[in-house]
Amino acid sequence: MPALIEIQNFEKSFGTKKVHEDINLDIRQGECLGLIGGSGTGKSVLLRSLIGLERPDRGQILVDGIDITKLTEKELIPVRKRVAYAFQGGALFDSMTVFENLAYPLRAHTDLTPRQISEKVMKLLSDFGLAGNDKLLPASLSGGMQKRVGLARAMILNPDVILYDEPTAGLDPFNTTKIQDMILRLKQMGKTGILVTHDMPVAFKVCDRIAMLENGRIGVVDTVETILKNQDHPIMHFAHGEVA
Amino acid sequence: MTEEILIFLGGFGLLVRTVSSEFWRRPFEIRLIIEQIFHVGSRSLPLILITALSTGMVMTLQFGIGLAKFGGAPYVPKIVALSILREMGPVFTSLMVAARVGAGMASEIGSMVVTQQIDAMRALGTSPIRKIVVPRVIACLICLPLLAAIANVIGILGSLIVGTNELQLDPQFFLLKAVTTLKVSDWTSGIGKCVFFSLFISLTACYFGLNVKQGTKEVGLATTRAVVVSSMLVLIGDFLLTKLFFILF
Ligand SMILES: Nc1ncnc2c1ncn2[C@@H]1O[C@H](COP(=O)(O)OP(=O)(O)OP(=O)(O)O)[C@@H](O)[C@H]1O
Ligand SMILES: [Mg+2]
Repeated sequence: MPALIEIQNFEKSFGTKKVHEDINLDIRQGECLGLIGGSGTGKSVLLRSLIGLERPDRGQILVDGIDITKLTEKELIPVRKRVAYAFQGGALFDSMTVFENLAYPLRAHTDLTPRQISEKVMKLLSDFGLAGNDKLLPASLSGGMQKRVGLARAMILNPDVILYDEPTAGLDPFNTTKIQDMILRLKQMGKTGILVTHDMPVAFKVCDRIAMLENGRIGVVDTVETILKNQDHPIMHFAHGEVA
Repeated sequence: MTEEILIFLGGFGLLVRTVSSEFWRRPFEIRLIIEQIFHVGSRSLPLILITALSTGMVMTLQFGIGLAKFGGAPYVPKIVALSILREMGPVFTSLMVAARVGAGMASEIGSMVVTQQIDAMRALGTSPIRKIVVPRVIACLICLPLLAAIANVIGILGSLIVGTNELQLDPQFFLLKAVTTLKVSDWTSGIGKCVFFSLFISLTACYFGLNVKQGTKEVGLATTRAVVVSSMLVLIGDFLLTKLFFILF
């Protein structure tokens, strides 16, 4: 399968702190790639860079062959419509209701009538098990619900690529399974995904390949099949908590 | 300190450039603009009314007592009306708005940065400048001159109250004097300055709000800085603009 996103020689520091030394990674069309690594290894920073929210100090990120690190905010708009980022904390607009949060991207980028917008939002809310919460403000939702609203908002423009930043962290087993099924369903629809997670069972279930961040580089990347067959695999050691 | 000032000037210049390129872009965010007008207007009106009324009263009292010694009480309406229209009305209104609205904007935008709402706007392919900054700038451009105009009227009213009650001036004489001495240019120079002040206040507040990096502590700092810097810009700008207006007109 061809590479949809290519990260080449990616380097990023904050002040004197070097987060990424030299990242090289391909994400293939239609696959779900797991991205794991200890807390603070820069998983979120890497995802944010893929839609131009952070700029690397060096290196390139090619999406469909176009280097997005050189684009202006305006030129990034088509990329951001195509590649959706589901924020680790939801990042909902707290002055808007759940409905308004989901309607926001539709109002900005489509010519849908208010009625079509409403239908689309309501459908997505019920898909995410959030029916009946449309008039609430984000502050009155539980953490898990906020996360699902954030995921729904990222999904509403029907993107080709979805970047999930710890979508199941802090969720109960029931909701974890629900999110996991949702990711699997999107994958079956042909969407490409990158899943940042600490939840190894979920990663093994939904990912095709898993990459591990270590010391600012991609230490290992391997197919889930290979990993599961080899109890001595570095990613297995990570899964069992034997390495940081 | 010099480094901070240079960083501020650079960042502020960039913000001004982006805002001016987004300012005229259609469609206008009417809903957001109206919401902000409501915020700026309703948040500030009571404060402006009290400030203007007491300023007018105090000035009349001071001038009245001072001038009465030389039999100059009849000149009070003229002096007070002129200083309110040209200086006190616009400047005090702007300082109050800088404190009340500027602080509100900086802390609101700062919190949106900390909770990644600004990033979310960008991630969804929309411009925070367009959605957040431009509506606030437009709202201030509309509200501040209006608030200053209201402050002028209320200030003169306060002056009238003290003038008639304390200085025993005839109310009709007072109003006649106040109205006939005032020229259109007194109104326009005061209100004209407000147009500039509204830009100083809104852009400074947005600048400090957007430049919060992480943590709620920084939101507090940004709020303080926004109020201090925009008040200073209003005061320094007042002198320079007054000078400029005298040269031009
Ligand atoms: N805007 C920023 N300014 C300064 N440092 C930052 C910034 N963003 C991230 N960092 C630093 O970069 C490092 C990586 O952060 P990142 O959020 O990507 O970690 P992560 O791998 O997602 O961790 P977690 O699993 O806890 O979410 C951290 O040490 C963090 O302190
Ligand atoms: Mg993270």
